Amino acid sequence: MIENVDMSLVDWSRAQFALTAIYHWIFVPLTLGLSFLVAMMETVYVRTGREEWKRMTRFWMTLFGINFAIGVATGIILEFEFGTNWSNYSWFVGDIFGAPLAIEGILAFFLESTFVAVMFFGWNKVSKKFHLASSWLVAIGANLSALWILVANAWMQNPVGMVFNPDTARNEMVDFWAVLFNPVAVDKFLHTIFSGFLLASVFVMGVSAWFLLKKREEWMAKRSILIASIFGLFSSLMVALTGDSSAKTLAVVQPVKFAAFEAHYTGGRNAGLTVIGLLKDSDRNIGEKKEKDFVFSIKIPNMLSIMTGGDKDVYVPGIRELVTGGNNEQNILSVEKKMENGRIALQVLNDYKNAKKANNKEQIESVRNIFRDKSFIDNYFRYFGYAFLRSPEDAIPNVPIAFYSFHLMVMLGFFFIAVCAISIFLLLRGTLQKSRWFLWIVLLSIPLAYIASESGWILAEMGRQPWIIQDLMPVSQAVSHLSVGSVMTTFILFAVLFTALLIAEVSIMIRQIKIGPKHQEE
Amino acid sequence: MISYLFLQYYWWMIISLLAGLLIFLMFVQGGQSMIFSLPVNNSQKTMIINAMGRKWEFTFTTLVTFGGAFFASFPLFYATSFGGAYWLWMAILFSFTIQAIAYEYRSKPANVLGQKTFDIFLLINGTLGPFLIGTAVATFFTGSQFSLDQMNHVRWQTPWHGLEALLNGRNLALGLAVLFLARSNGLLYIINSIDDNDLCRRAVNKLMVNSVAFLAFFLLFVITLLISDAYAVNGKTGQIVIEKFKYLHNFIMMPYALIIFLAGVCAVLYGIGVTIFRRDKKGIWFTGPGTILVVLALFLVAGLNNTSFYPSSFDPGSSLTIKNASSSFFTLKTMMFVSFIIPFVAGYIWYAWKAINNKKITNEEMKEDGHVY
Ligand code: HDD
Ligand code: HEM
Ligand code: HEM
Repeated sequence: MIENVDMSLVDWSRAQFALTAIYHWIFVPLTLGLSFLVAMMETVYVRTGREEWKRMTRFWMTLFGINFAIGVATGIILEFEFGTNWSNYSWFVGDIFGAPLAIEGILAFFLESTFVAVMFFGWNKVSKKFHLASSWLVAIGANLSALWILVANAWMQNPVGMVFNPDTARNEMVDFWAVLFNPVAVDKFLHTIFSGFLLASVFVMGVSAWFLLKKREEWMAKRSILIASIFGLFSSLMVALTGDSSAKTLAVVQPVKFAAFEAHYTGGRNAGLTVIGLLKDSDRNIGEKKEKDFVFSIKIPNMLSIMTGGDKDVYVPGIRELVTGGNNEQNILSVEKKMENGRIALQVLNDYKNAKKANNKEQIESVRNIFRDKSFIDNYFRYFGYAFLRSPEDAIPNVPIAFYSFHLMVMLGFFFIAVCAISIFLLLRGTLQKSRWFLWIVLLSIPLAYIASESGWILAEMGRQPWIIQDLMPVSQAVSHLSVGSVMTTFILFAVLFTALLIAEVSIMIRQIKIGPKHQEE
Repeated sequence: MISYLFLQYYWWMIISLLAGLLIFLMFVQGGQSMIFSLPVNNSQKTMIINAMGRKWEFTFTTLVTFGGAFFASFPLFYATSFGGAYWLWMAILFSFTIQAIAYEYRSKPANVLGQKTFDIFLLINGTLGPFLIGTAVATFFTGSQFSLDQMNHVRWQTPWHGLEALLNGRNLALGLAVLFLARSNGLLYIINSIDDNDLCRRAVNKLMVNSVAFLAFFLLFVITLLISDAYAVNGKTGQIVIEKFKYLHNFIMMPYALIIFLAGVCAVLYGIGVTIFRRDKKGIWFTGPGTILVVLALFLVAGLNNTSFYPSSFDPGSSLTIKNASSSFFTLKTMMFVSFIIPFVAGYIWYAWKAINNKKITNEEMKEDGHVY
């Protein structure tokens, strides 16, 4: 049953999925946060009845609309790509993974699209209160859609709540709540929506800073920047908090990813936390893969042990131990052994299929019982995916990518805390408008927020390689049987299309900002 | 107690309903396909685009939900069809991607690609969208060339990966029927929601041609359907055998499907009739629900009464049925609870639509909101 899969097919399929996801993620975080900021501004308008607040709301709402449309355009491709490009995966896990996607459509997307229409076309048709409620519902809808898709994603990182059914050759859901309250899902949802709030806050702050630098629209810009700084400060603190808790969860459920983003090769007690560092190839190898050494690094001693286990004596395994198994005391199963156990599980599945083919009732029954046996599930089937690895070092993701994307994200996280705090401070002192250097920093932070956000996903997704479902299915087994040429062609088509649309989007966005709130209605 | 079979039926009904809703809502695409041919001046064109533009998201979201619900309830279909008929689905997706930005961007300053490009995007989606979706749905009856291995992984047996569906006359007949139905519904929607006498007169004239084209292709498809053979499933062994006049039998053995079908056809004809002969503006109120009923009935005969809803002409044994392609009992049951929210969703959509549609579209009306496409 182990097939020889054309690796370039896998690579092109990955590239296509990554392309679409990265493009989708350019637009989604702004939607997540800006929808709330707009709803807050409209609330002030409804409370005070002042036309200036309405103008301001409508200005940001126009930008929201431009961004929203292209988010929708890229989203539909993603949804169907699970089927078109990862069809084996779609069957293997569809029983669990499909549900959140369907719930997302029923619960979240309809909410969003219905009330977006009211938001844009209802100003003169529905009451102020109804309109305001619609704006809030759009924000809630957007964030609900994040919830369900992230539940789906978290399940891939940490599969829970299911059993394998040998008859259908797929995993079947047995516990919906376990899927929903998967610890990875909780962390992922909170961290992701707060990062979206933060990005939108930085966006609003940056655009407002530009108005202040140009000495235009000062009334609106000052109020916008105030709301956004407060929302941004709160969100950035939550981002750091939830990011920390994500990392702690990963140390347990995806220890290789964890070790990779710390470039932590050699395990030990009193492990230090790398704040910043530069990697180079080392002369030591794990299998065929080169280890990495630091050219230079700044480390906080003991911090990694303390952060993962609350104590400096906590042992933190490194990539090497996680692959080779370390010593007895550490009690880590080597990848070699996991591959062996995975192959045994695969063999049992083959036996079952053969028994069914031969219609051997007795054997069918006895093998089926194995699949219900807890120790088989816990010790063999859970390593099913390892049966498809060719050598133990295949289990190591790309360490530099994981390391740099993680550290970039974290540094920017602290940078944004500072930016929001300083902005509030200067606003309170009344000197923000005069601090032109700072306004420039705020303006230039906009692209940085996008970089931080994309880095987070690159870490999350590349860091889990080679798995599409942690330990159960490697990416190479998930791919649809297509010709490389087909996938290459669609990749190029999408790359060209999305890029063209992105250029149109950015230029429309910039023009609308330049036009400003006054004239946008003409 | 709820049985597994009940849940499989239940979910097939929901999928069928969503499909009906989707085909009806494609009046948006139908309208888009005529933005160059129907209006005589720019103001009429803008009104048409805005009439459709306020509704495009519903169609789009219904398509997304249709995909998601199909994935959740019949994942083997999702894996087989999307992974196999790759190019057919990619073409459909492509046409919807370019639609999603076209409304919002077409008339904004600095839109780089130019208004014309976005209008052409609308035209492409308006034409290809309904046509290709109709063609893809037709393969539920005419079959595709695929096989499934022991792990239920799909192998498509032609290098065309879905494009071969375009070489089958019956598929084309349904594709064209859906296209002309969408255009007819688009015209009826324009007649109903835009206040412009000249435009309405032109729309009625166009409706005559489009509804005749629709009827011709639809009849062609239905007649060939009733006389064709299809795969029946032995309820006990699950074995697939060819049965003559299978769909005709299905209509006879499931009289409710026949009634739904006939009621739908009558409603569609009535809606078109009153518009053409009595200049009534409410035709869409009949053709809309009529469309939903007709599609619902077609899906019911495609999947129920031990019929394979996704037949494989290459390896009959690989054909999909609502039993072998469905999710587990637990998942279907969980999703059934989720589906109880649908009436509530439909309720607020209805409420919001009414709130926005309470005025007819005119040049003045569009300016009031300040959000003109
Ligand atoms: C503005 C964006 C942003 C910022 C400033 C941060 N993050 Fe983040 N991070 C994300 C945006 C993001 C994200 C895009 O939302 C990710 C991708 C996947 C996910 O769950 O969230 C993510 C993932 C992610 C992961 C991997 C989760 C996984 O693989 O499942 C960890 C461990 C952290 N983050 C930790 C942090 C820490 C400790 C930060 C310190 C302040 C931080 N992030 C700032
Ligand atoms: C690979 C996984 C993903 C898939 C399959 C997917 C699917 C989709 C689809 C189909 C749409 C269009 C919905 C419509 O018709 O309105 C959409 C839009 C959206 N998605 Fe995603 N999505 C994915 C990732 C994400 C993530 C990670 C988030 C948030 C954390 C997210 C949040 C949103 C939001 C807020 C929208 C609304 C449109 C917009 O923001 O511009 N999606 N997505
Ligand atoms: C929207 C934010 C997201 C971004 C920017 C993102 C980014 C990426 C990237 C860069 C890859 C390529 C990894 C590699 O091949 O090495 C990837 C792969 C993938 N991601 Fe995501 N991802 C996002 C969200 C999601 C979500 C929410 C899901 C699932 C629900 C998901 C499912 C997948 C799958 C199935 C693959 C392909 C298989 C693989 O390479 O593992 N992604 N994504």
